[in-house]
Amino acid sequence: MTSASEPTAPSILRPRRDPLLGVAIVGIALLYVRALAFTPIEARQGAAQKILYIHATSAIVGLYVAFGLMAVASLLYLWLKDAKLDRVAESAAEVGLVYTTAVLVTGPLWGKTIWGAWWTWDARLTSTLFLWFIIVGYLLLRGAVEEPGRRARYSAVLGILASLLVPFIHLSVYLFRTLHPMPIVLKPSAPSMPPEMQTTFFAGLLAFILLFAALLRTRYRLATLRDLVADRDQEHR
Amino acid sequence: MTDVGIATPPGTLAAAWLVARKDLAIEFRTRTAFLSALVFALLGVTIFYFAWDATAVAAADLAPGVLWVIFTFAGLLGLQRSFGSELADRAIDGLLGAPISREAIYLGKALANLVFVSGILAVTIPAVVLFYNLPFGPGIGALAGIAALAAIGLVAVGTLFSAMTVNTRMAELLLPMLSLPFFVPIVMGAAQSSARLMAGRPIAEAWPWLRILVAFDIVFVTACTLAFPYTLDE
Repeated sequence: MTSASEPTAPSILRPRRDPLLGVAIVGIALLYVRALAFTPIEARQGAAQKILYIHATSAIVGLYVAFGLMAVASLLYLWLKDAKLDRVAESAAEVGLVYTTAVLVTGPLWGKTIWGAWWTWDARLTSTLFLWFIIVGYLLLRGAVEEPGRRARYSAVLGILASLLVPFIHLSVYLFRTLHPMPIVLKPSAPSMPPEMQTTFFAGLLAFILLFAALLRTRYRLATLRDLVADRDQEHR
Repeated sequence: MTDVGIATPPGTLAAAWLVARKDLAIEFRTRTAFLSALVFALLGVTIFYFAWDATAVAAADLAPGVLWVIFTFAGLLGLQRSFGSELADRAIDGLLGAPISREAIYLGKALANLVFVSGILAVTIPAVVLFYNLPFGPGIGALAGIAALAAIGLVAVGTLFSAMTVNTRMAELLLPMLSLPFFVPIVMGAAQSSARLMAGRPIAEAWPWLRILVAFDIVFVTACTLAFPYTLDE
């Protein structure tokens, strides 16, 4: 055995319980309780509006935090060539895919009740759907390239180009009229929601961000271990 | 010896032209890819006609959508071959060893692809006009302009992805998987603007869509040229 990867190996190989993950899961559970039992029912939409606390919060985390992190890590990777940045981009993409899937599943549930249709080709829906396709393509590309350095470069290039594409898709679909509710919380003027709903919303956002951080960390650890195993296989060969 | 020793390497654009000429010479001598893509496009145009009830939807309303969807799929066939042809005997090493910049290789490849898809469009557009009984008027000139804008965007992104996917398992599947989301603004922009022009609407109505096409071309030609060197193995 050579000693190249020896010093870092023991600490990362030790099984670990992530307290952050526990906190995040408890936070999500509390969010459900608060949203269902302690937040007023919206007058016009009824109970269907409660999906906002999951749908809009997941959208903010998945579309802005996760996707933004992937794009920034990709750009930094091409500059600094640090394998850690590639693992961050990979982890952000995969956790972001989970969030985006949650957005695409919860959205139609609400849409069927309020719009009377599961799906419309509205700007936000379409952009989200194509972002989902791009992340799937990104992960498929990662799976199809064997050599780690090449895989990192290719996926970084795709990550950067994807972040340039999203505004174009949004703009072009926007030219076909849009049906989705306009932003309620993230907008220049004050949020148009009663304070109880706002509290639930921001608590939900915090819980989902915590969950994102915990999942990202877990996924990043997995990527590190996988690369470590690959390095060792290389050494033993 | 002396001649080779003091010869200055060509500039980026001259080198790009040499690369493009090499690719076009290969294509011109074999013609397999071009003819296959062309027949594919013509078949697509005719098959699409029967996908709708011609008594319910006017053929002229279908034509723009058919044209641009077929165009992207036929374009993918050409793009696949762009770097596929460099795989045999690792021909790409010859290009990488040449005293020319990486950007010149990309621009040359893209230029050859642009000629390829323009050739397909030059036959497909008249075929659509013929088969879908479109009015043959001044709109045709504007259509050529839209075609040029769409072709540049498609080729810019597709050439880069061709270079990336050629080295992967399942290259034939990955290229469309990665490219098609990027072709969405192109298909929408080209189809919407040409639909308005073919219907005889004023150009102002097509203008927002044309602006998207122009912006797409500028952003992605720049970004892909800068990104291309990262897709090559040193």
